[in-house]
Amino acid sequence: MNFKLKVWRQKNAVSPGSFKDYDAKDIPSEASFLEMLDIVNESLTGNSEDPIEFDSDCREGICGMCSLVINGIPHGPGKGTTCQVYMRRFTDGDTIWIEPFRAAAFSPIKDLVVDRSAFDRIIQAGGYIVVRTGSAPEANSLPVPKHNADLAMEAAACIGCGACVAACPNSSAMLFVAAKVSHLGLLPQGQAERETRAIHMVREMDELGFGNCRNYYECEAICPAEISATFIARLNRDYAAASAQEALTV
Amino acid sequence: MSMTLDSKVPSGPLERKWSKHRGESKLVAPNNRPKFDIIIVGSGLAGASAAATLGELGYNVKCFCFQDSARRAHSIAAQGGINAAKNYQNDGDSVFRLFYDTIKGGDFRSREANVHRLAEISLNIIDQCVAQGVPFAREYGGLLANRSFGGVQVSRTFYARGQTGQQLLLGAYQALEHEVAEGTVKMYPRTEMLDLVLVDGHAKGIVVRNLVTGEISTHAADTVVLATGGYGNVFYLSTNAKGCNVTATWRAHKRGALFANPCFTQIHPTCIPVSGPYQAKLTLMSESLRNDGRVWVPDKKKDPRPPGQIPESERDYYLERKYPSFGNLVPRDIASRNAKEVCDEGRGVGPSGLGVYLDFSDAIKRHGEDTIRERYGNLFEMYQNITNEDAYKTPMRIYPAVHYTMGGLWVDYNLMSTIPGLHVLGEANFSDHGANRLGASALMQGLSDGYFVIPSTIANYLATQLGKKVSANRPEFKAAESEVRLRINRLLSIKGKKSVTTFHRELGLLVWDKCGMARDAQGLKDALQKIPALREEFWQNVNVLGDGAEFNQALEHAGRVADFLEFAELMCLDALDRKESCGCHFRLESQTKEGEALRDDEHYCYVSAWEYTGPNTPANLVMEPLTFEYVKLSQRSYK
Amino acid sequence: MSVASPSTAPVRVFSKNPFIAFYQSSIGKKYVVAVTALILILYVLGHLAGNLQIFIGPDRINAYAKLLHDLGPILWVVRIFLLAAFVIHIVATIQLAHENRLAKPQKYAVPGYQRSSTAARTMLVSGVIVFCFVVYHLLQFTFEVTDPRYHQLRDSLGRHDVYRMLILGFRHPLISLFYIVGLFLLTNHLSHGLASVVQTLGINNRKTANFVASGGQTLAWVVFAGYVSIPVTILLGIIK
Repeated sequence: MNFKLKVWRQKNAVSPGSFKDYDAKDIPSEASFLEMLDIVNESLTGNSEDPIEFDSDCREGICGMCSLVINGIPHGPGKGTTCQVYMRRFTDGDTIWIEPFRAAAFSPIKDLVVDRSAFDRIIQAGGYIVVRTGSAPEANSLPVPKHNADLAMEAAACIGCGACVAACPNSSAMLFVAAKVSHLGLLPQGQAERETRAIHMVREMDELGFGNCRNYYECEAICPAEISATFIARLNRDYAAASAQEALTV
Repeated sequence: MSMTLDSKVPSGPLERKWSKHRGESKLVAPNNRPKFDIIIVGSGLAGASAAATLGELGYNVKCFCFQDSARRAHSIAAQGGINAAKNYQNDGDSVFRLFYDTIKGGDFRSREANVHRLAEISLNIIDQCVAQGVPFAREYGGLLANRSFGGVQVSRTFYARGQTGQQLLLGAYQALEHEVAEGTVKMYPRTEMLDLVLVDGHAKGIVVRNLVTGEISTHAADTVVLATGGYGNVFYLSTNAKGCNVTATWRAHKRGALFANPCFTQIHPTCIPVSGPYQAKLTLMSESLRNDGRVWVPDKKKDPRPPGQIPESERDYYLERKYPSFGNLVPRDIASRNAKEVCDEGRGVGPSGLGVYLDFSDAIKRHGEDTIRERYGNLFEMYQNITNEDAYKTPMRIYPAVHYTMGGLWVDYNLMSTIPGLHVLGEANFSDHGANRLGASALMQGLSDGYFVIPSTIANYLATQLGKKVSANRPEFKAAESEVRLRINRLLSIKGKKSVTTFHRELGLLVWDKCGMARDAQGLKDALQKIPALREEFWQNVNVLGDGAEFNQALEHAGRVADFLEFAELMCLDALDRKESCGCHFRLESQTKEGEALRDDEHYCYVSAWEYTGPNTPANLVMEPLTFEYVKLSQRSYK
Repeated sequence: MSVASPSTAPVRVFSKNPFIAFYQSSIGKKYVVAVTALILILYVLGHLAGNLQIFIGPDRINAYAKLLHDLGPILWVVRIFLLAAFVIHIVATIQLAHENRLAKPQKYAVPGYQRSSTAARTMLVSGVIVFCFVVYHLLQFTFEVTDPRYHQLRDSLGRHDVYRMLILGFRHPLISLFYIVGLFLLTNHLSHGLASVVQTLGINNRKTANFVASGGQTLAWVVFAGYVSIPVTILLGIIK
């Protein structure tokens, strides 16, 4: 298969970027999207042209490292991450636009690579249950209703890729934050820090320059881990309750 | 040069060694802990759990990873689960049984004391992770669920859907980020370790490259901990993440750390077959598929018929035929080897002929499609996405792929390497899995090392180092840094004709062919001839564009491949030396009449620890004899 | 030596006062938008119920108008309350929109929307037009400045003849058209807004999510039908 690529090239965070045209020739339909880029890069290298830089690591859809926007869609067409997109999804001769995740809170690094460390900062603000190693009680001493455990697992499945932010017209990180607040807040182990967690994570998210949720649900539509936007409603509820408690106990 | 290895295994009865050791270990008082700087390289299960716990204890921790976040380390990809001898199922499990299964599964090539400690700690790991909020599967009563996994006869595996590694890593990552917020851990993402710095023979720092800016810098500390994972990517194609590499451990090896059992590499039987030369990575399908899938190939060679048209009488369910009691559930090494065997006979399936069928039609007939969908729906979907085939209608095609490496830097009972002050955790060390790792044991080992072992044993070293702090201004640091710079400049100045990937792929094909699922002296000697030649060519003809002072993935890759090109030689050398078959290491010269692996306990009951002697001299073999007091060495049989 | 990346994101700093901090946060501000929206929605429904009395006859609607007028100061309290809700709704929305614009400095070359409705993406535009519509509506029928005759209209009992005023007003096709367009945009605004309120206030969950989404749209179109029925029946001469 052959494709016309329009790829965002940007030397570094401070240089302006622009789209450049490339031809992807003789691509097997069984190749993954990233393998297609590998092939293009091999031929660029052969011609002494700088290869296109993009993030990827596990290439099996779980690490959350890959991060392309393909034809305006974070992680491209279909379910899952960019590394799970296969070229047979496209038609021979297609023009494909490839861009980085765009958000003020994700600053560019080079070409298609962006800095998503803001997500780590949000977790640092409260995305954990504090347990001193070795002081944990016997695992079965606290039963967790299966329904809650399953729901917590659904929320915990977030891979932290940042596609929710990329897809959101406002670059809101609400789905990411909602997933973590819900995962930990649904479990009995997470109750002690439930209020402070919601407050600190939301405010950290705001301070980092993510936008506001306007209930577009673009995030839910493209989330490779299929995190439900109803967790956002849960976060709204938790945050309001926590704020009320904060205000009343000051 | 002669060297003896002291494993520092405590004396006394097996089940009391660990508690005795902790009782006798040195301590660092809480007020002294902030005076110690600890460098941890790697932030997977072992690295993140160690960094979080050591930070929590009050040490000053710097943690480095090449990924953009600690959460992306490849531990995240483990699907199946984590073993623990909780005996919640009341099915006869015990610490001893987990210990025994792990020793036997490793084909008696690991240390009894280490493995027993691992089995003991497995209990604490589950408690710790549950308290952190890891959403393990539960039963309707709200208690933890278990499943049976990887060819053992008890249900001791804890799991979180098919994403156990992810959930355990996120637990450790969250604990780590909490310590970052507390200020006890400083995280350095997108930063790669390129060398180890020794001061007076002790590991006292590292040289790193900031992968965003290209800046090279040094960091000094009182001790260095490597938790940098395995070297499976020496084969180019593996189920490892693209970034996994041997650089950190190889650099440490070249600085004096002995490398143990490098030839012990695990090949996982259920991966999606290679579809073409462009392929960058192999995808693992959970081993649990073998619970319901039946493995077969056609009787006839190069049978062109689609699977549905091959009648039952012309199919060879070879695992069921050869291993009636375990059938399709034989351990990984045996399943892999047999797949290779039938493909070598020309009976492999799929376009490449390198594949066997994993057929669910009987299971679907028996349990109904809905049940199978419930059990493996996500795996079937993943398979369809990659291959464009519907496994509900036509059998899956699977083929073995490199998955895990049991070998690694040699460590003693304190997890310290032969370089004083250099500790090694998780897949990066050699310690617990012998010649073959059982399913659901890697996660257990990573977390055991990180949460429970190193926080206690590191004090044995640190307590001797009070007041011996070194500064990164010392000449040893400057020297190591300039070596790193020189090497980078050399890589960038070659501007040859072949890409880094081309070399990596060539190396991978070579070692897969000669040092893969089956090895023999002839092939290994051949590889030992070809690897240095390929390495030579690499340094003459590799093409790395761009420059060093910027984000440059080709340069990162080039450095890693350069190290793989050196490491591959040691791996083949080790494989050549070990003339027995054991675990994943199958020497064609050493098999039983039925073609099974034949161990040679009389001559090879030792750990091969290799000492670096220079660029053009063969590594020196140092043996750590293995003695077994509590288990009887037996030939593994799964017939 | 950690990676220092220039972020174009604006910096929000939170107040120590929990009430102010709540409003400063994204969720807090959205809560305010949702609560004021809820007040305005209730008003829209109440106002509709009042207006539909026109179909019962002139006596009924004029009596209803008198009842409201006779509330005196209470009416003003309600009006000020509604006005406040309206203003807060607009101010908070503008602030949110400003933050959102800063958060996404660069759009994609090809838009790849997967889920969001046009109604959702045009809330700001529909909101602005609805605002203009409301201003005109108040000038016309509350302050009666668009047509001086409205003020003098009295029915047989000497009450302000709201019935006649509506008929006079809506007999102009252009005015009716303007109303229908305004109401259409209000409906658009509500079709996303109703479900959005439920989501933002956190009363949504996966059992209610589908019902809330479709229920919100249905209700919005019911409101549209209800309101539009008045100018349409007047234009068609059904009500004279």
